[in-house]
Amino acid sequence: MSGLKFIDEFRDPALAQGLAAAIAAEVEPGRDYRIMEFCGGHTHAIQRHGVQRLLPENVRYIHGPGCPVCVLPGARIDAAIHLAETHGAILCSYADLLRVPGASRRALGQCRDVRTLYSPEEVLSIARDNPEREVVFIAIGFETTTPPTAVLVKQAQAQGLSNLSILCNHVLTPAAMTAILDDEDSAIDAILGPSHVSAIIGVAPYRPIVERFRTPIVIAGFEPLDVMQATLMAIRQLNAACAEVENQYTRVVDEQGNRRAQALVDEVFELRETFEWRGLGWLPGSALRLREEYAEFDAERRFDIPSFESREPNSCECPAILRGRKQPHECRLFGHGCTPETPLGACMVSSEGACAAAWSYGP
Amino acid sequence: MSRVEAAHGAGGRAMGRLIDELFRQAFDNPLLNAGDDFAAFEVPAGRMVMSTDAHVITPLTFPGGDIGALSVHGTVNDVAMSGARPLYLSAAFILEEGFSLEALRVIVESMARAAREAGVSIVTGDTKVVPRGKGDGVYITTTGVGVLGEGINISGSRARAGDRILISGPIAEHGVAVLAAREGLALGGELRSDSAALNGLVEVMLAGLDNPDRLHCLRDPTRGGVAAALNEMAAQSGVGMRIDEALVPLRTEVAAACELLGLEPLQVANEGRLIAICEPESADGLLAAMRAHPLGEQAAIIGEVVGDDPGRVALRTRLGAERWLEPPHGEPLPRIC
Repeated sequence: MSGLKFIDEFRDPALAQGLAAAIAAEVEPGRDYRIMEFCGGHTHAIQRHGVQRLLPENVRYIHGPGCPVCVLPGARIDAAIHLAETHGAILCSYADLLRVPGASRRALGQCRDVRTLYSPEEVLSIARDNPEREVVFIAIGFETTTPPTAVLVKQAQAQGLSNLSILCNHVLTPAAMTAILDDEDSAIDAILGPSHVSAIIGVAPYRPIVERFRTPIVIAGFEPLDVMQATLMAIRQLNAACAEVENQYTRVVDEQGNRRAQALVDEVFELRETFEWRGLGWLPGSALRLREEYAEFDAERRFDIPSFESREPNSCECPAILRGRKQPHECRLFGHGCTPETPLGACMVSSEGACAAAWSYGP
Repeated sequence: MSRVEAAHGAGGRAMGRLIDELFRQAFDNPLLNAGDDFAAFEVPAGRMVMSTDAHVITPLTFPGGDIGALSVHGTVNDVAMSGARPLYLSAAFILEEGFSLEALRVIVESMARAAREAGVSIVTGDTKVVPRGKGDGVYITTTGVGVLGEGINISGSRARAGDRILISGPIAEHGVAVLAAREGLALGGELRSDSAALNGLVEVMLAGLDNPDRLHCLRDPTRGGVAAALNEMAAQSGVGMRIDEALVPLRTEVAAACELLGLEPLQVANEGRLIAICEPESADGLLAAMRAHPLGEQAAIIGEVVGDDPGRVALRTRLGAERWLEPPHGEPLPRIC
């Protein structure tokens, strides 16, 4: 399979050693470089390939909130469970969402009829095959997964499916980056921008963030060598006291992004005033919902869903960890009640979360 | 009578016919044909080994195997991982009312073929029928007994610092093939389960050693994959282990499927591979013996046992960095992005 040959090139040990040496030569001793990789895909690549251990001690990755499963608040899980229990709905979702506990401490996987999806299109056939049941797709993800949901809604409309609705939890990367940097306690020197999200939204949306906070953003590919090269670019900016948006992932990402996908999303979705994030709280303009024209497919308009509260455990340090102020092992719950088997906080929920990664792969 | 009915488990004529026309014909051997509720057989003096395994799998048939062959391979391998020569199996079937008798015949014949190829006989069994909706078609539990040769002392608790760690072939083939078949994923490339009986391979491995006591541990890395098997043995033996990712055999198609699904190949199930841990002086000879067997052609030395970090397994990644290799938490789930 030629695709994997392409992957091997981005995991070449000799090139990795070369990049590690270049980074070691570039860093100024006595200065800390706290670099947040925003996206869970990057967190996974860093941990799985051991990238952190190839770098000097004063270059430290801070695992960001870019894991949609992690940041989904308990209240939204409880809303989905409510739809299953009160309306007998078939819940459809992606696999790793099933383990996430709601504020009620129950998880979706415990509902009676939950279907695991590999593609949102499968929802259409589930709805067709169960005309007497309500079918709810728990839509989740950053800008990458939003266009497929838009396609799904349009297909459902075209096929006249009247038993299908979407519990929309699509969130926006730039809003979350802004919220993290806007915190006066934020301890982040530079950000590695996401790969796939940037393929959709392009480079432009990051410029206002860089201008406002003077924090460099380097858009990086998902492979370990991409991450290392982007890290080197970020360190060079910091040493030169620059703050720009740079694009390491030029083989996929361009200035304007995917215009067709953007138009599709704009046609189907509109901005929410505010949305709750596990670990970050309520963030203005940080999520999408269906436009009025598609209200019949919006589970929140279709059903009367009571408002649930997302109570997070008192001593959970996720908010500080997500802002780079604390490391997972500094949380009292880490390994004591909060483990990948029994996650309590956002960062332990998915394998891409900062705490789950630290637990599984070592600090 | 083309479907399983409640009467097939009721002890009367229907059950008798099912046993005579299906199970006895397929498994055909004097101990079973005696028609008793037990099998009595001679055994040589020495130690015996016994193991049991329940098999539930969706789908019942997948590229490279089915629940029938798997139920033989699983138990034969569990017995063989002691170094013993498996001899006899028992088989208990839990059938769901309404299950196709033709499909059952295919499964039973596959079981019989797998047993013949592994050189074991299915000598006693049981059948129960559960109401429609209370089972996934068919569950099969098999129990195996085997005899252990002189001087063989294999256990997950015998790994010692300095020992070498070997694997018999490419990993993650079973888990990926079954996941792709279950979810109807068209991933491209050939994905086939590695389901196979490993007793023949174990036999040539032991025969190639000047002293069988040099082979310390054997384990088939089934659920939880290589990561789970190594962590179990590291904990049992109170030792650490170091594995080199670049040395672990992995076919390109399987690696690509794992990339797409966000699965860690080292945590994915195998049904026809074994991990061997032996004294360092015997490693090259053991490797050569494995490679001379059809099921070990791509065998490799993948790491070693160390004295530090007892109970933990460290992985040297392809990039040359080290990290912990943890067993999976629950069922491996595809990641969302």
